[in-house]
Formats: sequence, C-alpha cells, structure tokens
Amino acid sequence: MPPALVLDNLTVAYDRHSAVHHLSGRFEPGSLTALVGPNGAGKSTLLKALTGELRAAEGRIDLGGLKPGDLAYLPQHSALDRTFPIDVLEMVLLGLWGRVGPFGRVTMAMREEGRRALSAVKLAGFERRSIASLSVGQLQRALFARVLLQDAPIILLDEPFNAIDARTTADLVQQIYRWHGERRTVVAALHDLGQVREHFPQTLLLARRCVDWGPTARVLTAENQFRARGMAENWAASAAICRSAVA
Amino acid sequence: MPVGGRLMALYELLLQPFAEFAFMRRALVASLALAFGCGPVGVLLVLRRMSLVGDAMSHAILPGAAVGFLMAGLSLGWMSVGGLLAGLAVALGSGLLSRATVLPEDASFAAFYAVALAAGVLLVSWKGSNVDLMHVLFGSVLAVDDDALLLIAAVATLTLLLGAAIYRPLVTECFDPGFLRQVGGRGGFYHMAFMALVVLNLVAAFQALGTLMAVGLMMLPAVSARLWATRLWSLMALSVAFGIAAGYGGLVLSFHVDVPSGPAIVLAAGALYVSSLLLGREGLLRRHLARFRHLEA
Repeated sequence: MPPALVLDNLTVAYDRHSAVHHLSGRFEPGSLTALVGPNGAGKSTLLKALTGELRAAEGRIDLGGLKPGDLAYLPQHSALDRTFPIDVLEMVLLGLWGRVGPFGRVTMAMREEGRRALSAVKLAGFERRSIASLSVGQLQRALFARVLLQDAPIILLDEPFNAIDARTTADLVQQIYRWHGERRTVVAALHDLGQVREHFPQTLLLARRCVDWGPTARVLTAENQFRARGMAENWAASAAICRSAVA
Repeated sequence: MPVGGRLMALYELLLQPFAEFAFMRRALVASLALAFGCGPVGVLLVLRRMSLVGDAMSHAILPGAAVGFLMAGLSLGWMSVGGLLAGLAVALGSGLLSRATVLPEDASFAAFYAVALAAGVLLVSWKGSNVDLMHVLFGSVLAVDDDALLLIAAVATLTLLLGAAIYRPLVTECFDPGFLRQVGGRGGFYHMAFMALVVLNLVAAFQALGTLMAVGLMMLPAVSARLWATRLWSLMALSVAFGIAAGYGGLVLSFHVDVPSGPAIVLAAGALYVSSLLLGREGLLRRHLARFRHLEA
C-alpha cells in the first residue's frame, strides 16, 4: 500500500509568478485521481513538483517517505530522442532502472518481464522494432509498458491520451484500471471530461488554486468549471506579491 | 602479367610500405588505435547532435598544447597535459555557462573555440617557427614515436573500458535525459565523464593528426556509419571499421602519391563518407529507390 501524497500550502512559481498557488490536500493511498483544469491551470506544474523536477516556492510536499525517483512519471512531452537507434524492448527495459541501476545485470527473467509488459499494452511482437518506426500511439503504449516495469507505488501521467486514438486510449485506460486494482495511487492530468466522468472516481479541479477536490460527480459541475476558467484567465503580468502566507 | 607478378604488384602497393619502413608501421598502429577510441566516441557525439562540439573541442585543445610548447618545445608530455587541461576547462566551462546564462551550450562552445584557436596560433607563432605551427595544426602521423604511440594506445584502451563500464547510463542520458533525471540517475556526471573521453581522444588524435585534422578521424567514420547501421552496437563497430579503413587507406595513399599523411587519412575517411552518402542503407540512392518498393505490412 503506497503512502498518501500530502500537499501542504504548496506554491510553485515560474519567475515568481505562481503556477500552483497555495494548494493543500492529499491523494489517498490507492486513489485514482483526474487532474483537470484549463490550459495554464498548473496541472503539469503540480506533477513536476511531485516528481521533484520543480521546487516548491512555498509550502511542502510529503511523499510519505518515498523519494521522487520512486514515483513513475510520464511527461506530456517526453524529452526522449525518437530517432535514437534503440529498439522497443531496450527502451521498455529502462523501466528497470530503479532495480538494476546504472550497472546491475538485466537477467533473462527481467527481459521476459519486459516482453510481458509489451504484450500487456498490446505491443507483443514489437520487441525488436526500432522506436523510430513507432506511431505516436504505439510509442505511448511502449512508454506505458516502461511505467509498468517501473513497478512504482505512485504513478503520475501528464495528458497521457493527447493525440492518441480511441482504441489505444481504451487499452491504456484498462492498464490504468489494473494499476488502480493493484492499489497503486494514480494521478492523471486530463482534458476530456467525458473520460474523467467515466473512468476516474476522484477529481482535482485546478486553476492555479484548487477549485474543488473530491468525488468526480461533485467536482465537475458547470459552476465549478465556470469558476476555473475565470481564475485561470486572471493571470497578470504585474501581479502584486502574495501576502497570504506572510501574514 | 603472370599471377605472380600481379601478386607482387599488389604486395608492393598494399603491404610493402609497412613491411619495409618502421615509421609506416608505427603510423598504422597509431591510426588503428585512434580508430578504436574515436569510433564509439564519435558515434555518441553524432547521436547527441554534438558533432560540431567535437570540432570546437579539438580547437579548444590548442592553447593548452601551445602553452606546453612554450614551456618545453615539441614535447609530448607537456603538450598533451596542456591540451588535456584546456580541453577539460572548455568542456566544463561551456556546460556551466549554458546552465548559468541564456546561451545554449553550442553557442558557448563556438565562442570558446574561436578564442582558443586564435590564442593557440598566437602562442605557437610567438616562440616557434612555421614548421612548429604546421606540426601543431596538422600533426605528423609519420613522426609518431614510442611515447606518443603509448599515449594513443592508452587512451584507446581507457575509452573502451570506461565506455563499456558507463555504457548504460551514458546511452540513457543520450536517449532520454528527462527519464534518467526522474529516476535519480546522475546524467550530468556521466555527460561530463563522456566529455572527458572526447577530450582525451582528441588529445591522442592531436599527436598524429594535429588540432585541425584530429576531429576528422572522430566524426567522419561515425557520420558514415550512421548512414548504414541502425543499432547502436553496429554503429560503433562500423565506425571503428571505417576509422581503420581510413587510416590504412590514407597511409597507403600518402606513401605512394607522396602527400601529407594526416590530410590523406582524413580525405580517405571523407571518401568513405561520400560513398556512404550515396550507397548507404539510409543513403541517397536507397532512399530514392525505396520510394518505388515497399513491404505489404
């Protein structure tokens, strides 16, 4: 059972302009949460703060004793080089990093695990294909397989279904359900509210500040979404220094 | 011509220069060792889109080597240590500057290397003759002595051993730096270790080919290999093979036609590059033909 992820008055800023503003709350152990909000609401920023890539300007994140490297994180725009001469199985096996590190041996059993992960995302037979030959959807499947091998208690996905067709999305949603069934904590930033209503029991509606956080049916009301849009558009180039925490 | 005569001619063309002259053997061994070190390093530079950084680094070595030259003349030890220090300083400095300022790493490299090349030429000309300057800029693989040979061989050995040891983190840092950072791998450290290998190999190549030609033996075989191979291991193996072929071919050419050996070796590598460009699996001709033929699935 993973620990709860606790956010305590978290503020993350770019160039002092806050992208996530005084956010408090917790992702319960084993919860499946959709992270929703307009563009610029701070969804990616929050995920990056959870992985340790961005530092909190104020407040703190409690990973319950885990290190940021223990979390699995699938960024929206992966920095990976798609022309690199590496095959699909090798790419997926990178998910073993936490277990084998830079020098440990990758055993035959581990390679078998990699093959199973590939068939779990319906990429069986693609092991020796170079990643340059994959379509966007196939690459996303392969990246899910890598997350699968990471075997992390907490999984963060940033817009995992962007530019992905319906069938691939359906398959990957099944994988998210399996993770949920294994009592892993999953947080996914999403735009498709129909998807969220259908598949995600919890929702955090973000517009730099928390608009609402709780059961999806309660959070995704028309009124909340209207408020979220208003708050996100409220960005000002000459914003005053926030006093709320100093006082 | 009888068969024996033909064989004799072939022997005279391809083997006799090395059988007869010790300096040719030495030059050949030096080129082979350089190919083993520079081949894999060049491949990683190409894959990291740092081909021109290799070029810049090779010039960055010059002022250090020049300072060594001022202290002790054309001494292997002093010039190598000087070059090594200057190269490492530029590698570190460019990396740090690109993190601390808005300049991307290649911009810092470009700035550094222009200054370095000018400073190096100035320093050598100040105390040395034009012959010295030519030696520093273009090297003389035919004048490689035992010490230089040992240095080159040691660098090649270290490159292969260290490269094998840090292969996984190095390749991961190349391929998906964001992922490596997230799982807590120290990508920056391995990047610097790799840059140190680049500098070491350029210092070694500098002995034989000089500062302007050294990068040719590092980049041309690697770029050519990229036009044939699609796996990392085959890329590296092919890059080494091309380097060996260029070293051998260039030396034979320079012996029979009586042209300077360094440029001959680099031009031989260039010929391999042009052929690969035309004939390679990812080259122009195949790409053109492939438009008319495709698999069913």
